[in-house]
Amino acid sequence: MHPRDAGATGAFFASGDNRAMSSAIAATWRHPEFKNAAREMMGIGLGISAWGLVTGVAMVKSGLSVWLALLMSLVVFAGSSQLAALPLLASGAPLWVLWATAFCVNLRFVIFSAQWRMYFGHLPRLQRLSVGYFAADLNYVAFMRRFPEPKQQAGDQLPYFWGGASWTWISWQVPAVIGIFAADRVPTEWGLGFAGVLALLGLALSLLKDRNAWVSGGVACCAAVAAYGLPLRLNILVAIAAAVAAGLLMEHWLPEHEEAKP
Amino acid sequence: MSDWEIALGIVGMGLITVLTRGFFMIPKQELPMPDWAKQGLRYAPLAALAAVIAPEIVMSQGHLIDTWKDARLYAVAVGTAYFFWKRGILGTIISGTVVMLSLRIGLGW
Repeated sequence: MHPRDAGATGAFFASGDNRAMSSAIAATWRHPEFKNAAREMMGIGLGISAWGLVTGVAMVKSGLSVWLALLMSLVVFAGSSQLAALPLLASGAPLWVLWATAFCVNLRFVIFSAQWRMYFGHLPRLQRLSVGYFAADLNYVAFMRRFPEPKQQAGDQLPYFWGGASWTWISWQVPAVIGIFAADRVPTEWGLGFAGVLALLGLALSLLKDRNAWVSGGVACCAAVAAYGLPLRLNILVAIAAAVAAGLLMEHWLPEHEEAKP
Repeated sequence: MSDWEIALGIVGMGLITVLTRGFFMIPKQELPMPDWAKQGLRYAPLAALAAVIAPEIVMSQGHLIDTWKDARLYAVAVGTAYFFWKRGILGTIISGTVVMLSLRIGLGW
């Protein structure tokens, strides 16, 4: 598909013309899929918020000043790499160690980006990278659940993406900023961050559509726990690799439709 | 570490967010990917979620927990039951959190 054919939203960042840009934003904003995505993320957003709050508190409690914590939340926008960075900053580790850690903790996103490419590869580069920056874990999962077939339907997909991404961004950043300013008054010992785990749990359960999903999900759980000792959260990569292999092997050796025969 | 050095580190981390999340979207031409890989990637979303959640539920301080007196187990059980009953993620979060907080604050689990 030609970049210019991506619909009104395709002009979003490609055009320097302010009027074209604001009308493209308005078209995205008004598209039914934008609202649809925001609505689907509503419940999940509550979990993201609990997590954002806890992360905001953690940044300040680790010794970051308020303005550095705000900078980190607003610029980095990746909870797991922020949490991984805190002990390194507190102990004064060299910057290359900090960056290498952030990169490794984020490696799962490299895998996800291969999938994003199948949907948004036709967009101009600046817009592709904007999609990338806002593509947090939960947006990725919700999007892949909504559009399981890797086919481009730019008209629906882009508004859906931005609807989910906007809601995620707000649900994360607002509580994070509250956590930064009220770090001493938020009771973290109750384990509020667990609401974030429960949000992920709900989303994961909603993906258990068939037998192969159960099997590969189970394999991922076991692999992640077994490989937990690896540094830099590399257990997540091990789990993804194991689950993909398990899913493919199941498809190959025990095709599901055979089982359904009378 | 001076504040400016930390700020530089943070800005670098922001660039790493873009670099990793947009990794395969950076080149102009699509990189050829075999069909089996495309097929297999369908299992990645669930796997990534499962990999993040599982250790958060059954481990503490890097070890498998060896007690049943852990509020997280019951929060997950109730949240899961709710999900299969009503299919709502919001209710999963709320019911699980209520169980979690009442066991933690009430019984100290």
